Amino acid sequence: MKRKLLLATVPLLLAAAFAGCGGNGNDTEVLTVLNYGKYFDPEALKLFEEETGIKVEYEEYESPEEMYTKYKAGSIDYDLLCTSDYIIEKLIGEGEALEMEHDDIPGYQNLDPSIIDASASFDPEHKYTLPYFYGTVGILYNTDEVNDAETESWDILWDSKYDGKIIMENSMRDCFLVPLKRLGYSLNTTDEAQLNEALTMLLEQKPLIYAYFVDETGDEMAAANASLAVAYSGEAAYAKSLADNLSYTVPKEGSNLWIDSWFIPKTCKSTENAKKFLDFLCRKDIARMNFDYVYYATPNTAVYEDLDEATKNDTTIFPTQETIANCEVFQSLDENGTELYNRLWKELKAN
Amino acid sequence: MVKKIGSRIYLSVIFLFLYFPILVLIVLSFNDSKSRVAWGGFTGKWYISMFQDTAIMRAFATTIQITLVASVLATIIGTLAAIGIQAMRRRGKAILLGATNIPLLNADIVTGISMMLLFVRFTKLGFMTVLIAHLTFDIPYVILNVLPRLNATSKSAYEAALDLGATPLYAFYKIVWPDIRPGVFSGFLMAVTMSLDDFSITYFTKGAGVNTLSTMLYTELRKGIRPEMYSLSTLLFGIALLLLLLINFRSARKNDINN
Amino acid sequence: MNFKFQFKRQFLSGPYMAWIVGFIILPILMILYYGITDSSGSFTLQNITAITEPIHMKALLLSLKLALLCTAICLLLAYPLAMILNGLHLKRQSFVVFIFMLPMWMNLMLRILAWQLLLSNNGILNTVLESLGLAKVQLLNTSSAVVFGMVYDFLPFMILPIYNSMSRIGSDVIDAAKDLGANTLQVFLKIILPLTVSGVISGIIMVFVPALTSFVISDLLGGGKVLLIGNVIEQEFMQSMDWNMGSGLSIVLMVFVIASMAFMNVHGNEEGGAAVW
Repeated sequence: MKRKLLLATVPLLLAAAFAGCGGNGNDTEVLTVLNYGKYFDPEALKLFEEETGIKVEYEEYESPEEMYTKYKAGSIDYDLLCTSDYIIEKLIGEGEALEMEHDDIPGYQNLDPSIIDASASFDPEHKYTLPYFYGTVGILYNTDEVNDAETESWDILWDSKYDGKIIMENSMRDCFLVPLKRLGYSLNTTDEAQLNEALTMLLEQKPLIYAYFVDETGDEMAAANASLAVAYSGEAAYAKSLADNLSYTVPKEGSNLWIDSWFIPKTCKSTENAKKFLDFLCRKDIARMNFDYVYYATPNTAVYEDLDEATKNDTTIFPTQETIANCEVFQSLDENGTELYNRLWKELKAN
Repeated sequence: MVKKIGSRIYLSVIFLFLYFPILVLIVLSFNDSKSRVAWGGFTGKWYISMFQDTAIMRAFATTIQITLVASVLATIIGTLAAIGIQAMRRRGKAILLGATNIPLLNADIVTGISMMLLFVRFTKLGFMTVLIAHLTFDIPYVILNVLPRLNATSKSAYEAALDLGATPLYAFYKIVWPDIRPGVFSGFLMAVTMSLDDFSITYFTKGAGVNTLSTMLYTELRKGIRPEMYSLSTLLFGIALLLLLLINFRSARKNDINN
Repeated sequence: MNFKFQFKRQFLSGPYMAWIVGFIILPILMILYYGITDSSGSFTLQNITAITEPIHMKALLLSLKLALLCTAICLLLAYPLAMILNGLHLKRQSFVVFIFMLPMWMNLMLRILAWQLLLSNNGILNTVLESLGLAKVQLLNTSSAVVFGMVYDFLPFMILPIYNSMSRIGSDVIDAAKDLGANTLQVFLKIILPLTVSGVISGIIMVFVPALTSFVISDLLGGGKVLLIGNVIEQEFMQSMDWNMGSGLSIVLMVFVIASMAFMNVHGNEEGGAAVW
């Protein structure tokens, strides 16, 4: 008898398991979103699902190159994507983006026109994108071990005094921009000699490196496992919120100003739902939630005006005009440039 | 005596090596601080809040679904296959066993990639693709656990039963099944363990929004782990420990009775 | 009667045979196809010869080195351990299997995270070292940490087959040898060692292959500084979007795995590691 009972439970279990996975089939609408890691407050996602009844399949990635591959592989049909300037430029060039028709997105009004203007480098006619956050790349450092004057230049990242205490970006172009800027070159160069020079410099630096990280940087710096890190401004602001002895600066040789934006890819099944999501994230309360969650500079003026003075004046989060003027925006690489970069990147990692 | 003490110490060191990291995680699951380095006092709150975290619960449900469905189906297909294989002639047997060894011996990364290439060609990645991949690497464990038991089963008793008028199914159930049951069971358990612990193959075959605990943890390891992950894993570990102890205890008693 | 019955029984493996064709053979063919074509679909061997490029060669050699190191350490740790366990004369050997399988029920990612915490600059190990007045060591994000993680993850796969083969040696055999005047060393060299070779070999295979092809452990404990051949392949698929190159390198990896197994099998009779479970 007992055995029969046991046997009877097996199909039941199976049925339950299958029911669970087939449930979201027909009646609920699904929006498949691809975004950077740590870049959207999960609570806000839940709110969107509750308000609209649209289920969000949310996927994350770490580096822009990874995102490009995930999208181009075609193994998943995405409805909405958020990524960095130069990758968007590339995808627009390849005809992968749909026109956004911003008039359908009332929340677009909340966005700072100057940031929309700055997007012209990758979306010249403002047809395809909606800016999400922007920021810089700079040095995050532990003030107990490093003094402010030293971090004025990228040179400090080659100082053997900090052997084993330096964290570099584990993202191809963010990593190469450091030696390129230190050498005084443009971070958009595809000149092989210049890039090789940059590689030599990075190889020289490698023995001093504690690790190549992206999203781990903040926690590792807060835990004082390293003294210096090349980090995004928001990652730095996040780390500063965890520990008092951290500071962030953009070195004088210049750096990268990036604008992460949303666009609707041509694999989108319902542009209407995608726009609903975009309008939702432009809404003041949601944009505020996300701002508090990610610590990057928001182009949402409604949110900005509401911030207290200390946050508004926090140059880690909101770069000064002076800093912005000293920074370059990434441009997309052509095929040869991409191949060259891929090879140099592997070479750095393999040696 | 010295030798005995030496070997005891050696045993303890290895056990410490295997179980200390797990102990660290269990301790962290009771830590009243989101930081993974600082101790903020004892709390049980993560054991409650984990049930309210939709992302974690979704990944947990996916993990359980995939593990259970894949292991049960693999046990059925694998046991049937083992019975069939045993009846085969030498060459057929060798070919099938060879093929069975492929997913076991091949690198996880190659298995994962090869399945991804196949799926991408014909369909989109999603929940089903992960399930199929898990089934593929689960079945061999079942077969290799059942086959030795089958080989040890006396064929004459089965044939005698048939001669006495039993139907093949009845004879199988009465004679073969009791012999192979432990093998089927340990095969099932192996399949569950392998499915639960798999990362690489799931990583390459999963679609958007499909996350098992492993793939979710892989991304969370970079951005910082939610403490609820520790508590959920501790709970799972505790349940596994209890279940396995229970099984061991029961079969131990049975053995004693039989002896 | 007999013929008819046998026919039916073989039929039972039908679903599995279909499965093999669809999900084992076909995927391998896919990888072969991608490996010998370029992005436009025409035949090329470039993806396979790409292994000779210095970058890939370095990654492969490093993988081989770390995998050999890991296997050797596992063997050195596991063999004495198996002897000790065997010496305990446990009534129920499944208990040993249980003890070594149990850690796998804690998610691998979390166990690796635990090692990150233990080994990091301000981690538990260094705190202990410091309080003892010793110098700190930087282990995390080095290839040593990667070997450490591999040994931790794969050790059970070495212990179990060796223990299994050892427990099958009857104590009467050993007693007989002793009665005939063999000393402990002779018993070990002439009896225990030869009779456990098969266990050692399946242990080596079960550790060496995953260690050679791993990409997760090096990713998480190497701090992005340790590039193994598994990481190269993963990056070709997930970052550079060169599936042909990735497949070509996978083929090379498969050849290496098969070669190492063939090599081991020549030196020992076949004994599936699966017998352990």
